[in-house]
Amino acid sequence: MSNAMNSVAIARMIERPNTRQFIKAIFDDFMEFHGDRYYADDGAIVGGIASLNGTPVTVIGVQKGHTLDENVACNFGCPNPEGYRKALRLMKQAEKFHRPVITFINTAGAFCGIGAEERGQGEALARNQMEMSRLKTPIISIFIGEGGSGGALALAVADRVWMLEHGMYSVLSPEGFASILWRDSSRVAEAAELMKMTARDLLQNEVIDKMFLEPKEGLENNLEYTADALKEALCETIPKLQKKDIDELLEERYNRFRKFGEFIE
Amino acid sequence: MNLFGKKNYISIENRERTKKVDKRKKAEPSIPDGMWIKCNTCKAIIYKKEVTEYKLCPNCDAHFRMNPAERIAITCDEGSFEEFDQNMHPKNPMNYPEYDQVIKKAQDKSGIKEAVVTGRCTIHGQKTVLAIMDSHFMMGSMGSVVGEKITRAVEYATKHRLPIIIFTTSGGARMQEGIISLMQMAKVSEALGRHDAAGLLYVTVLTDPTTGGVTASFAMLGDIILSEPKALIGFAGQRVIKGTIHQDLPEGFQRAEFQLEHGFVDRIVHREKLRNELGKILRLHSQTGREEA
Repeated sequence: MSNAMNSVAIARMIERPNTRQFIKAIFDDFMEFHGDRYYADDGAIVGGIASLNGTPVTVIGVQKGHTLDENVACNFGCPNPEGYRKALRLMKQAEKFHRPVITFINTAGAFCGIGAEERGQGEALARNQMEMSRLKTPIISIFIGEGGSGGALALAVADRVWMLEHGMYSVLSPEGFASILWRDSSRVAEAAELMKMTARDLLQNEVIDKMFLEPKEGLENNLEYTADALKEALCETIPKLQKKDIDELLEERYNRFRKFGEFIE
Repeated sequence: MNLFGKKNYISIENRERTKKVDKRKKAEPSIPDGMWIKCNTCKAIIYKKEVTEYKLCPNCDAHFRMNPAERIAITCDEGSFEEFDQNMHPKNPMNYPEYDQVIKKAQDKSGIKEAVVTGRCTIHGQKTVLAIMDSHFMMGSMGSVVGEKITRAVEYATKHRLPIIIFTTSGGARMQEGIISLMQMAKVSEALGRHDAAGLLYVTVLTDPTTGGVTASFAMLGDIILSEPKALIGFAGQRVIKGTIHQDLPEGFQRAEFQLEHGFVDRIVHREKLRNELGKILRLHSQTGREEA
């Protein structure tokens, strides 16, 4: 198996620790809040407030389950528009109370269904990107598993974008890439390799800023190994971001995304 | 003997060719070369000279897809359009095999360098920045060049305190540029965030089809969102949705009228009225830029 395909398989493992487990391992006093105040509460997005070593923070993430029942409750980690709107509501709340925002990303993508279209999935994703780009509080996004396209980006317009060793982030799935561009679903591994979707590739092209190693025995068997490293990095980085003048922080966030693109004039 | 003689409107050979094209691009109202054309919406055979510069079906009023030059001609005051970044073209960030040939082919087919044309112009004498996407260039997909050109146009509008009008048509992110194409969504959205914060006007005109990453970024961020009638507008492709939910999709799903009904479009505007509507919107916002300048 290619390296890229190996990471894809690990990122999608049903045993892979999910957002709730990371929240529990890193934060104290997590209090979950529900609903987008417009339509519904989306089980695919978990959000609320918590304490990071005594600092109040807002934590938001995409939830996947380990069993079929859990996955039905969280729609297999594919949020609907109300999930993204709940996330935005909690981010705005964080801005008001000067709390840093930490997002956990683990989704195959925003849900593709009739209701999602009726309630404006595109609008919800677009709005989050624009509002996150100018949210007046630090944002750190952590890719813990799958990072599927616009559904991941809508929670990842951040000051720092981090990823676990076997996380991934791509414009579409390698399966989709192979079948759409090559009309040949047997070339998935080749697509995964070409798409540069692994943490190491993404670190190289600066889509992510930092990679966190996973334990040899597998993340599902030793979550503390990686969670402790994440906690340490958060405790070190958040005060630094909080000390920055807000205009400087927003300018850096703007430039972080402004720089992407390869073209000739 | 001329007993069974018919006027030779279309040869069988032509019909076959049209059919083949139809198979791949079912919904696209296309205007192939020749005297007679077929409307892909009502299937009527139309005499080409009956189609005006607005590119409407004389039989069913379907709005055919337009290229930027045609759009400029029916939108801007004559001779007022000045193009930005005309020669920008893509590199190959993912080393996608034969990407330069794919691009070359699209350039030859469309006559433009990339899937968007940007610039400034006047409409009814009022200055505005303009971006016009072209579905004839790789389905209007957004890669580095589309992202950069639109971002620069937005930044220009912010700097010069001008409104911006974006005509969207796109299949979404340019898959051949991988994750870099996804980053363009954030890049354009943040530039629009600053334009918005400066108190300036952004008008989106959705045209057929506007889907994927363009819907999930700048297409849905307009202060005012107009759409051409019956344009397909959505986030997910219909085949993907069918594959996900294993259900048939309702009649008119993701069309402009559906989006209006669900609250995501301000107005559906017939193409012949678009210039006047845009002129009126610009006029009613003409104090916006100056106030804070």
